Amino acid sequence: MSEIKEVIINNDRLATDEYLVNMGPQHPSTHGVLRLLVKLEGEKVLNVQPHSGYIHSGIEKMCEAISYPQIIHLTDRMDYLSAHMNNEAVALCVEKALQVEVPDRVKYIRTIMDELSRLASHQLWWCVFGMDLGALTTFFYGLRDRELILDIFEETCGARMTVSYNTPGGLMADIHPNFQKRVKDYLKYFKTKLPEYDKLLSGNVILKERTEGIGYLTKEDAIEYGVTGPSGRASGFSCDVRKHVPYSAYPFVKFNEILDHRCDTYARYEVRIKEMYESISIIEQLIDNIPAGDYAVKMKGVLKLPEGEFYQRVESARGEFGVFIVSDGKKNPYRLKFRSPGFSNLFALNKMATGHKIADLVAIMSTLDLIIPDIDR
Amino acid sequence: MAFNIYDFTTLTHNIHVGLAESFSPFVATTIEWVIVGVVYLLFIAVFGLFLVYAERKVCAAFQQRLGPMRVGPWGLLQTIADFIKLLMKELIMPRKADYFLYNLAPYLVIIASFLAISVLPFAPGLQSMDFDIGVFYLTAVSSVGVIGILLAGWSSNNKYSLIGAMRSGAQILSYELSVSLSLMTMVVFAGTMQFSAIVEGQRDAWFIFSGHVPAIIAFVVFLVAGTAETNRGPFDLAEAESELVAGFHTEYSGIKFAMFFLAEYINLFIISAVAATVFLGGWMPLHFGNLESFNHVMDFIPPFIWFFGKVLFVIFIIMWFKWTFPRLRVDQILTLEWKYLLPINLVNILLMALVVLTKFHF
Repeated sequence: MSEIKEVIINNDRLATDEYLVNMGPQHPSTHGVLRLLVKLEGEKVLNVQPHSGYIHSGIEKMCEAISYPQIIHLTDRMDYLSAHMNNEAVALCVEKALQVEVPDRVKYIRTIMDELSRLASHQLWWCVFGMDLGALTTFFYGLRDRELILDIFEETCGARMTVSYNTPGGLMADIHPNFQKRVKDYLKYFKTKLPEYDKLLSGNVILKERTEGIGYLTKEDAIEYGVTGPSGRASGFSCDVRKHVPYSAYPFVKFNEILDHRCDTYARYEVRIKEMYESISIIEQLIDNIPAGDYAVKMKGVLKLPEGEFYQRVESARGEFGVFIVSDGKKNPYRLKFRSPGFSNLFALNKMATGHKIADLVAIMSTLDLIIPDIDR
Repeated sequence: MAFNIYDFTTLTHNIHVGLAESFSPFVATTIEWVIVGVVYLLFIAVFGLFLVYAERKVCAAFQQRLGPMRVGPWGLLQTIADFIKLLMKELIMPRKADYFLYNLAPYLVIIASFLAISVLPFAPGLQSMDFDIGVFYLTAVSSVGVIGILLAGWSSNNKYSLIGAMRSGAQILSYELSVSLSLMTMVVFAGTMQFSAIVEGQRDAWFIFSGHVPAIIAFVVFLVAGTAETNRGPFDLAEAESELVAGFHTEYSGIKFAMFFLAEYINLFIISAVAATVFLGGWMPLHFGNLESFNHVMDFIPPFIWFFGKVLFVIFIIMWFKWTFPRLRVDQILTLEWKYLLPINLVNILLMALVVLTKFHF
């Protein structure tokens, strides 16, 4: 009582209206076990402190004990929505270290699978973004289309999510005879459905009100925090690895790097929608021209990388995914580090969300498209 | 006791006379109260369950799926099964919750809904209270519910609940204005606050037709504000799932949660029923000026079917925009009310007064 009296007499501001809320690890909007320590004043967000590690599985450490072809299977479990890109990063890194040139057929198939994964990932992001804003119908529209991509994956490599289709030197198996036809059918179907996404959500007044001017992230900040992928490109940061350091079949195709200079939540939304159109165009350019040949190079039974450090980066659905291998010439890496896009993107959240409302925090977090195992590894 | 499907006045009158003859007035009135209470309870329970089922089916249709299909034919028994599950669930109370207020809150919410439902005319003679200030009474009692919501949020000792309750308080208090003002616009037009008289006034044409422009504006404003007052999407900030887990009822389980849940659907019914009564003619069949034969055919459909048809139509519209629109933010929701709906309403009430004064209506 006396304390309060003192405060009132001294005319100090009573610190009664700031409080901390733990969003997560169990919370419907964090899409997994992410914990955000949010400091609030009423509805206003003053500070966001992400605490990660709730689903840490020690993948990097495990990789030190297993051989290179086995590592690929662990990368599926990190960013499970861009499993194929993660696989490819490891495969490319090992191929680079061993100086193996894979056949064009492998490159084409890898790129097609990459873009299919990107489509599937962006579709799921779109569903969840709508759901975070309270438009629950988007969820079913997105999943309806994603399911068909997963069917194609299943037919091609037997798995729907954890594909593990790549292997150092090529692919696990050749594509299914139906593959080309199914992909073409799917693109034909999805091109009619993608405008539906715009109709349902993009032009909506409430969505625009909710997202425009919210979660501003300048280009400089994006570079400082290392925000890559669609989130970085929406801040005008040209960071598309497919364009700057082309790998696989990306040198053979024409596509645009989607850049947006509005830097807000709506820009991040639109970049992803436009990227879906680009992915469709990339697949269309490749699908009819898959060259004949082997689906893999004959590799040794036990892969031993030469001594040294090797780095390979790819563009996953969330941004730049990198694999850094330090080899001491054995069959397993001396040290292995994954540069996961989600981790860097997450820590820009505080910068973007401070000063906005709780509802905006959820929307901003959703446009970063976080996958928690990708952050915690 | 003649049972007339078109007019229940004689039926209810006969019951009253029969009771008054055999019992003392006090006992007769008490029995009538009990009968009315039981009928409302049954009606609300059954209709609430039906609405939950309807909502799930409607949302399934919007989302290109089938909805509940397993329990019973077309999943008809699904909501009953869910309700039984809720009844049997353990009641969990947070340790530091305020015991009295925590337990009081769900009753307050549901009592407000019950009070409001009592003035609605379902069909000729099917109305338990026919005040001359019916509209006023309805707006008054429907705002009691917000106290329950605030108490629920406050007493749960949960920050999410508190944020949800505060959002809900701000929202309901603001939108109350628009609901009342748009109803007031129609009261100006009808010249009465009695629900039965309002329905009677729409014998020749429903108010939304005869009141033309101002009535249509009032109808739209009422729908928007009514949705906001029932805490339904896109105004479901108070229980915004992705932000506040479940808002003010996060800490409630079992039957107490069921009460909040049921109250939400009763409120949905009340808002739709008021919209149907005040704007769409209540139980009055569709009549067009001098089309004698057409009017006659319309009269052939029983009034309570007209009433429920209109109510379900309005409910469908409200469900429609719940399942298509994203949720608004808390500041936007207040901006919408204070900067747009309220001025529109005030101008509209003036417009309606002018229409009535110049007799520029049908």
